[in-house]
Amino acid sequence: MNIIAVGISHKTAPIEVREKLAVPESRLGEALRRLCAYPGIKEGVLLSTCNRVEVYAVVEDVDAGYARVQEFLADTHLSLSSEQLTPHLYWLTNDRAIWHLFRVAASLDSMIVGEPQILGQLKDAFEAALTHKTSSVILNKVVKKAISVAKKVRTETKIAETAVSVSYAAVELAKKIFSNLSEKTVLLVGAGEMAKLAAKHLVSNGVRRVMITTRNPQGALELAERFNGVAIPFGDFRRELAEADIVLCSTGASQYLIRAEDVQQAVRRRMNRPIFLIDISVPRNIEPAVKDIDNAFLFDIDDLEARVEQNLEVRHREAAKAERMIEEEVAGILHWLKSLEVTPTIVALRKRAEEIKQSEIEKAMGRLGHLSTQDRSTIEGLASAIVNKLLHGSLVTLKVEANGAGSMMFVEAAKRFFNLDNVPSDKSEDVPVVSEPDLDREPSGKDR
Amino acid sequence: MPVVFFMATMVLYLVGTAFFLAYLLRRSEALSKVSLIVTGIGFLAHTIALLTKMMGADHAPLTSVHEAMSFFSWALVLVFLIVEVRHRIPVLGSFILPLALISLISAAALPKEVPTLEPVLKTVWLHVTLSVLGTVGFAVAFVAGLMYLIQDGLLKSKRFNVLYAKLPPLDFLDRLNQQSIVMGFPLLTLGIIAGALSAEFARGSYLNWNPEQLWALVTWVFYFVVLLGRLTVGWRAKRAAYLTIIGFAGVILTFIGVVLKGHGAVG
Repeated sequence: MNIIAVGISHKTAPIEVREKLAVPESRLGEALRRLCAYPGIKEGVLLSTCNRVEVYAVVEDVDAGYARVQEFLADTHLSLSSEQLTPHLYWLTNDRAIWHLFRVAASLDSMIVGEPQILGQLKDAFEAALTHKTSSVILNKVVKKAISVAKKVRTETKIAETAVSVSYAAVELAKKIFSNLSEKTVLLVGAGEMAKLAAKHLVSNGVRRVMITTRNPQGALELAERFNGVAIPFGDFRRELAEADIVLCSTGASQYLIRAEDVQQAVRRRMNRPIFLIDISVPRNIEPAVKDIDNAFLFDIDDLEARVEQNLEVRHREAAKAERMIEEEVAGILHWLKSLEVTPTIVALRKRAEEIKQSEIEKAMGRLGHLSTQDRSTIEGLASAIVNKLLHGSLVTLKVEANGAGSMMFVEAAKRFFNLDNVPSDKSEDVPVVSEPDLDREPSGKDR
Repeated sequence: MPVVFFMATMVLYLVGTAFFLAYLLRRSEALSKVSLIVTGIGFLAHTIALLTKMMGADHAPLTSVHEAMSFFSWALVLVFLIVEVRHRIPVLGSFILPLALISLISAAALPKEVPTLEPVLKTVWLHVTLSVLGTVGFAVAFVAGLMYLIQDGLLKSKRFNVLYAKLPPLDFLDRLNQQSIVMGFPLLTLGIIAGALSAEFARGSYLNWNPEQLWALVTWVFYFVVLLGRLTVGWRAKRAAYLTIIGFAGVILTFIGVVLKGHGAVG
């Protein structure tokens, strides 16, 4: 049993290819059913976002699995051939596949390291697989682990703590000046993209009152509708400056729209309550001398970009920490997977021994009808002792080797020696056994 | 018995201060937890020390400068713990705990016998308690002002360092500054009234215009003006921060005066 991952991402394929492979949510169920209909594919999860399309599957044979999944991916779009896909795909097996999934979930493989969406997308993908019953014991465990590892990475590192876009950096700064954005007012001057984005972020961070002014009155009205705010005539906006706690300025004007004396006056009218001004325009629209006014905090595009740069450094430093955490977690889950391979063999071995013992005792008892109950139980005890002693060494070896490199070999050997060809392939019933500590933790433990 | 707890408190506050100062400079959240736990235990020890001392004392509590300083330190840490529980800003501890430690060390260094006032009347403790609590308000305002100026400076110079990340938003610090004075000022006012009444009972005069009494009145007027200025003409933010730092310096001078001269002893 192997876990494979096959897919494309923003790192390996251009948008033209990714958009063809992307599976919309409405068709996810159908795609999952199609995936698991391929022979040899036991379980499957399909993760499809704008930056990646990946299939995680449990297969019997790795190479056949790769081929099936590639076929599946090529089939998602009529104009794609399997060969066209080849240069963009990556193929990963077992530890590498799990490692990759963990990194994806923790947003280490994202275009912007630490971005939060991917975890939600993975959860959705997993939900879909559960709904359509294409994920079972192995992927359930692995994907759940990936999600919990990602959460751990988020809480234990600062990978997602800092702003890495100019517009978000503005929000982050605002939060260092104002503790409660919901009682603050934003004045948006001009309709520059980044300023609009910053206004949007501010609103989603609690700002309720938005005032908008643009040279073109129609534009202000449209934006006012969008932000549920008020449009202000462009000629008057300086008078409203004192009303605003946060001023976002981004126009195409070639001269200063807000001068130092405007801000000085606003601060005075605000009775020294701090005012936060962000100038995202080039050329600048707010006179730089504003930065020398007490209780006025002016940041221009360079300041914000410097902040983003600094935050990216933090993220990358934190990403290194996250990588180490992931390495550890992968080792943990591999351990579990290996014991899973051994467990059904052990169960089958015990069952087989028990069957032989029972049938031999029955035969013997048939011939020894004159024995007392005490004698019978002695004979039964003898049979049990012989069987247990004989099995003991094999069971211990299997448990010990479960964590070693040659575990598969030992399992294979045990199967042949004891003629255990019909080891149950459906492992769902074996899971509780695995979770019992003495099976995967104490190889030399008590024999049951 | 109280001495043991008092010493334990001092050691714990010393360790807490060290951790809190390290927390200021390091990117580690675990440090703040350790600092908080140490401070919490120190506070418990301090509480026990104060209680046992009060119960075992043959004189009215809080009548010596030693006790007043120790009580000041205790109340300061209490205020910090309350603010910390409500707002989760451990960095406040990096500023308050050193202050609490200094006042505790001063308390230890001072002779235990120096009276704050001639203990003629049992009501002296009321004067001391209220004045000390008022001073705690000013101390917190001072710390908030200091933190405000640092954060303001960091934002203005665009230096986004570890300290910047840890300090709370400007308006939070400004509000903390305001609330501390709003609470401290009436307490000090009542404390001064209680002191004047005690003096009147003891000596027949409310005031005898000695320098440290004068200083206390000047301090009171100063904070009155600061509070009034904030509420009427907007002396907030940076200006309030500066003013409360200056005001606290005045408070410390008054304290030193009390200690050096034996406040109210001149009868």
